[in-house]
Amino acid sequence: MPVARFLLRRLAALTALLVALSFIVFSLLHVAPGNLVKNLLGPRPATPEAVAAIRERYHLDEPFLAQYAHWLGGVLRGDLGVSARSGTDITTVLGDRVGLTLLLAGLAALLAIGVGVPLGIRAAQRTGSLTDRLITGSAVVGVSAPGFAVGLLLLYVFAVMLGWFPIYGTGEPGLDRLRHLALPAVALALGTGAMVVKVTRTAVARELQQDYVTFARSRGVPERVVRRTYLRNASVPVVTSAGLVVAGLVGGSVLVESVFAIPGLGVLLADSITYKDVPVVQAITLLVAATIGVTTALVDLYTAVADPRVRRATVGHGRGRGAVGAVADPTLPDASLPTSALPDGSLPGGMPGPGAGGAA
Amino acid sequence: MTTTLPTETGLRARLARATRRLRRVPGTVAVAALLLLAVAVLVIVPVAPHAFDQDVLLGATPAGTPGHPLGTDGLGRDVLALTLAGARSAIVGPVVVALGSMLLGIVLGTLAGYRGGWIDAVVSRYVDLTLAMPALLLAIVVAGVVGGGYWITVLVLVVLFSPSDIRIVRGAVLQHAHRPYIESTRVLGLPAWRVMWRHLLPNVRPLVLTTMLLNIAYALVSMSGLTYLGLGVSPSAADWGLQLSDGRDLLWTNPAASVVPGLAIILVATAVNLVGDHLSERLDRGEDA
Repeated sequence: MPVARFLLRRLAALTALLVALSFIVFSLLHVAPGNLVKNLLGPRPATPEAVAAIRERYHLDEPFLAQYAHWLGGVLRGDLGVSARSGTDITTVLGDRVGLTLLLAGLAALLAIGVGVPLGIRAAQRTGSLTDRLITGSAVVGVSAPGFAVGLLLLYVFAVMLGWFPIYGTGEPGLDRLRHLALPAVALALGTGAMVVKVTRTAVARELQQDYVTFARSRGVPERVVRRTYLRNASVPVVTSAGLVVAGLVGGSVLVESVFAIPGLGVLLADSITYKDVPVVQAITLLVAATIGVTTALVDLYTAVADPRVRRATVGHGRGRGAVGAVADPTLPDASLPTSALPDGSLPGGMPGPGAGGAA
Repeated sequence: MTTTLPTETGLRARLARATRRLRRVPGTVAVAALLLLAVAVLVIVPVAPHAFDQDVLLGATPAGTPGHPLGTDGLGRDVLALTLAGARSAIVGPVVVALGSMLLGIVLGTLAGYRGGWIDAVVSRYVDLTLAMPALLLAIVVAGVVGGGYWITVLVLVVLFSPSDIRIVRGAVLQHAHRPYIESTRVLGLPAWRVMWRHLLPNVRPLVLTTMLLNIAYALVSMSGLTYLGLGVSPSAADWGLQLSDGRDLLWTNPAASVVPGLAIILVATAVNLVGDHLSERLDRGEDA
């Protein structure tokens, strides 16, 4: 059963990733400067008994690996530990904020995909045209502009100058909240959306150059049908980039939340870093990594279902930043020509071939 | 369009080729290159020696204040001078990040691609694992928790950027490793390091250069994000990310304090990306860029 084996392998990879990441994150606690016991004690007097109790409770006298095992065991039981700053249970601290970040990231993802995919398709269909150059040009700006800088500009123009949107806070749940989250979502969506545009354009342009498109068009297959075919084929790399989208949104949300003072996970992370609240930092990092890992696994599942070749061969290394840079040939030489270029009455199966340029 | 040029080596022929090549550069890319040239000057020449002069009594003033065309920030520092001085922090670090990660990329990527075997297996597993991690987030966490200054942050970014460089170099080396000219060096009995250094490396160099350029843009964006959070810089440094976060509270009194450095980040990163994209497009078309 190749699908099962494929999925098992991906699952094993995901587990390995999470273990590795959790290990790195856990090591942070030990690399971090500052005295953990002192942090945990807080304002309480540092009596020898209190110190001993804390060392006992957090297993600080045990070897590093044993501590890691304790921590990992707790995480697996859903116990993320206690915040070193406030002394509250991390699970409840996170619970209050997850919703907000999810809403923001969800809105941004909706924008990035909802706008990015159509634009990418459009650009690929008109390769080399003014539309294409405008779209790819703005995509370059979008990829280059960090969300926090864009957020600040948006804040200045739309909140301070025009007064259309509120500056701070998250508002009441419902429509008011959407209004508060509109600018942050746009700022967050810009970078990832630009990435989506690039990936989509490359994928669609590559499909458009395939022989089957040329052939279908020369046979007079309705463009509607041709489009459906090549778009479905182009969907695989686009869906594969979902991992990139999630990673981009997660990294960006830390900064964007802090620009707009949204009390989500990102701001919590930034604050926890400032106050060296390492347990909270560990918890958030792990949560994020798990989210990305699960997304990647789902994407793999999709590609396995959509493309049988993936199941059979080893999975291609299409992900990562390198994959985005792939540039399609800017001038489609003959894929767009044949429908009009072929003289009437020519054999439908005839290859439009390299001579198609001599149509007149 | 792709007329094969005779490869003459005279100065005149070289010049002619260079001009012909320059004519094919789109206007936007040319403007971007000029902007980068200007920024490079800012990095090398100390243009704004008074950037750090504080005037706490003056405080934040709007743009157009006498003597301060872009106003002053919360500490009374001139926004224009501070932004010009910030170019150094914005460029030097990312360039070092790109150089350092590419150095790792070349060494490990060439070894993995040419030698194969267990080296390749180890390096590839490492790359797979690290590429799956959220780089920016890890950078924030590591730089924040470990602390340390500018150069520690640069080091963290070098490590986080290297996997994609390793993968790119390895892929390029793999493409060349079994071509006849490399096989022939083996027949000649050249030592492996010499094959890699003298024969493989020159052939991946164009790819390496364009990748580095794109990495600079990405590192600039990442580093300014870190400094925006106050990581990797001292609070009084001249840095665009830091200016943004300081200026955020001055949006009503002097918006230029945050808008100008924000635009600076966006413009410079876009310029680097435009030039990089242009070069890599040429590379794909098989022209020497």
